[in-house]
Amino acid sequence: MKKRDPDLLLAHAPLLRQGMTTPSVMRDVLIALAPATAASMWFFGLSAILILGACIGGAVAAEWLFADKQARGDSLRDASGILTGLLLGLTLPPGLPLWMAFLGGFVGIALGKVIWGGLGHNLFNPALLGRAFLLATFPIAMTTWVPAVGDGGFLQIYPSNLALPFMQAQIDAMSAATPLGLMKFEQEVTPLANLMFGKITGSLGETSGLLLLLGGVYLWLRRDLDWRIPVSILLTVVVFSAVLGLFDAERFPTPLFSVFSGGLLLGAIYMATDPVTSPVTPKGTWIFGIGTGVLVMLIRVFGGLPEGVMYAILLMNAATPLIDRYTQPRVFGRGGDTK
Amino acid sequence: MKAFRRLRRNFDHGVHPAHHKQQTENLPIQRVPFGKDYVMPLGQHIGIPARAIVTAGERVLRGQMIAEPGGFVSTSLHSPVTGTVKEIGDFRGVDGRFAPAIAIEADAFATQQVGAGTSIDWEAMSQEEFIEAVQMAGIVGMGGAAFPAHVKLSVPDGVRIRSLLINGAECEPYLTTDHRLMLERPEALLEGAEIMRQKLGAEESVIGIEANKPDAIEIVQKHIQPGAPVRVVPLKVKYPQGAEKMMIKSVFDVEVPAGQLPRDVEVNVNNVGTIVAIADYFLRGMPLIERVVTVAGPGVTYPANLIVPLGTPVRDVVKFCGGLKPGTREIVMGGPMMGRPIASLDVPILKGCSGVLVFTEEQTARRTEYPCISCGRCLEACPYFLNPSRLARLSKSRMFDEMKAYNVFDCVECGCCTFSCPSNIPIVQLIRTAKDDLSHRKEPDA
Repeated sequence: MKKRDPDLLLAHAPLLRQGMTTPSVMRDVLIALAPATAASMWFFGLSAILILGACIGGAVAAEWLFADKQARGDSLRDASGILTGLLLGLTLPPGLPLWMAFLGGFVGIALGKVIWGGLGHNLFNPALLGRAFLLATFPIAMTTWVPAVGDGGFLQIYPSNLALPFMQAQIDAMSAATPLGLMKFEQEVTPLANLMFGKITGSLGETSGLLLLLGGVYLWLRRDLDWRIPVSILLTVVVFSAVLGLFDAERFPTPLFSVFSGGLLLGAIYMATDPVTSPVTPKGTWIFGIGTGVLVMLIRVFGGLPEGVMYAILLMNAATPLIDRYTQPRVFGRGGDTK
Repeated sequence: MKAFRRLRRNFDHGVHPAHHKQQTENLPIQRVPFGKDYVMPLGQHIGIPARAIVTAGERVLRGQMIAEPGGFVSTSLHSPVTGTVKEIGDFRGVDGRFAPAIAIEADAFATQQVGAGTSIDWEAMSQEEFIEAVQMAGIVGMGGAAFPAHVKLSVPDGVRIRSLLINGAECEPYLTTDHRLMLERPEALLEGAEIMRQKLGAEESVIGIEANKPDAIEIVQKHIQPGAPVRVVPLKVKYPQGAEKMMIKSVFDVEVPAGQLPRDVEVNVNNVGTIVAIADYFLRGMPLIERVVTVAGPGVTYPANLIVPLGTPVRDVVKFCGGLKPGTREIVMGGPMMGRPIASLDVPILKGCSGVLVFTEEQTARRTEYPCISCGRCLEACPYFLNPSRLARLSKSRMFDEMKAYNVFDCVECGCCTFSCPSNIPIVQLIRTAKDDLSHRKEPDA
């Protein structure tokens, strides 16, 4: 009688993997966003926590509600819903009523992701889709900006946060303009230091350029990020505004102002780089980044809105399948250039 | 720029798995004692199976031919031991299927020696005679593919070979057979290289070795006679550096056109083990009856580099290495990136088997598969610049015909895509499925 052999598996090679998984990539992005998130809490107090929480809650609720019963655990565990909620929250004005934030998170996941077939199948960035929905539905609340927490301290809550659903939100008189709004409508330039360190009016996440950059560097070091996209977007914006500056330095924003104002850093580093909705081919990512940068500047300078990052990215999202199709890589041994 | 690129000795893309070679790279090659039962499958090389020329009950000597080539793309088999042919019948092969094989029972009292020193006058041979001699020696590519070596040597009229490229990259993790061969038998390697170079009419021999084997680079270099047309080229450590087209790119900075062979860029590529086998046959009269095998992996008690007679069951090899550790889940023949899992310990060691790797739970645990997030890591890993992400999606939808437009047949199944996928999608496995389906179809209008 032979000794019993072990039951052997027949898993096919390769048996080795690199250590990174999709959930770990998502977690890394959450870690990268932590400093900017903390800064938003510093600047906007309890309101920031409430809005971010409402967005994440809405996103996770949609994720949970629409998931297959069997796959429920997996789709929550990959953390992409939490990330969508957090990203959406960071683009919202601090004084937004909480129920709107919740609704935005819910719609972002439901219409931005689930309806397409879930993670990996969506055409548009879910967080930006949620924001577009909110901007179209609640234009006044979405464009009313409040200044950062003043004397009230950390525990202060903007009264408009607590407005009840479908009631006329109490938009208080404390509204202020964002640097881009000041630039566009009042030709007033915000000092660069304020843009970098966050002492400005704006959405929760776009106040501190330096912290957003820091997170981007972390993602790049962890190889979680396709560096081509932020680099090409930011370079395009810099070149575009530098060229405009040659024509009329007074009227047009300086390159550094363009980079650090509005949601550009947040969008370029954390939203345009969403792998699902950006091209998969290296050449395609350059086209995508340059296209986004050009659209941002066109909308900001020549369009009717002060800020264009959201629409620029959404438009380029729509072009992504086409870009992918026409930028298939050259195959080894089939002539042409290596790239 | 081009000169700079040549200094880098590299190909584009590829991946960097941990090489795991510490287990065996410093262990000298040992000989496995002879056992009792040997099984020689007739189809252990690529091409037409060999034809048995012995019958059951016949006594055979170690090194005696027991099967002749079944055609041109086929090779011969020799008895690994002195003993008696027990049976010619169907035995379980590596892929789990039964296939014809010759079973030999070793004679417990035989000395199991090969008539040493009967060298063959290869210099006097014509090109055709040499090619036939290689076929009669049963020599195949020893790197893993087991493609009959003589077929590569038969160069059509009008094609010339400028360089003989000897593949000592051994880019698969865990494996150390070529490494040890280069360390322990550099003379045989250089002798074999010279025989091959002269018979190919090539100008030079180039030995490509990954830079993580500095001792091998040094020893081989030291044994090269001054003025000999041989040079050693250190290569960047990267998988799949040992894929022949990648290595040609690294060494000569030339891309072999898709669908063509190395000879179309005037290069002939052979593995270190193949070259040593050539030397052993023409200088010492020993046909291919044994080979060096690395036995390693987390499930082996005493990892080793072994000379194993062909046809030895994996069971005997593993037993010699102290047996399997508890928790063994999978045994792979070849490397962890491209090797084949075996279903039974009774499978014999074959000519193309460079390693027996034993893996435990950690490497074989079921990995949750997530949806493809189009991150593009597989595109940056694929050494052939294919679009594995797209190919995997098409294969999942069983759109195999559409995959041809994405050059699915240029894929060499190196596994870089699956290795690099953060969503644990079995990309190369999906591509294999499609290739298999496509190549087994009957063309209606052909």
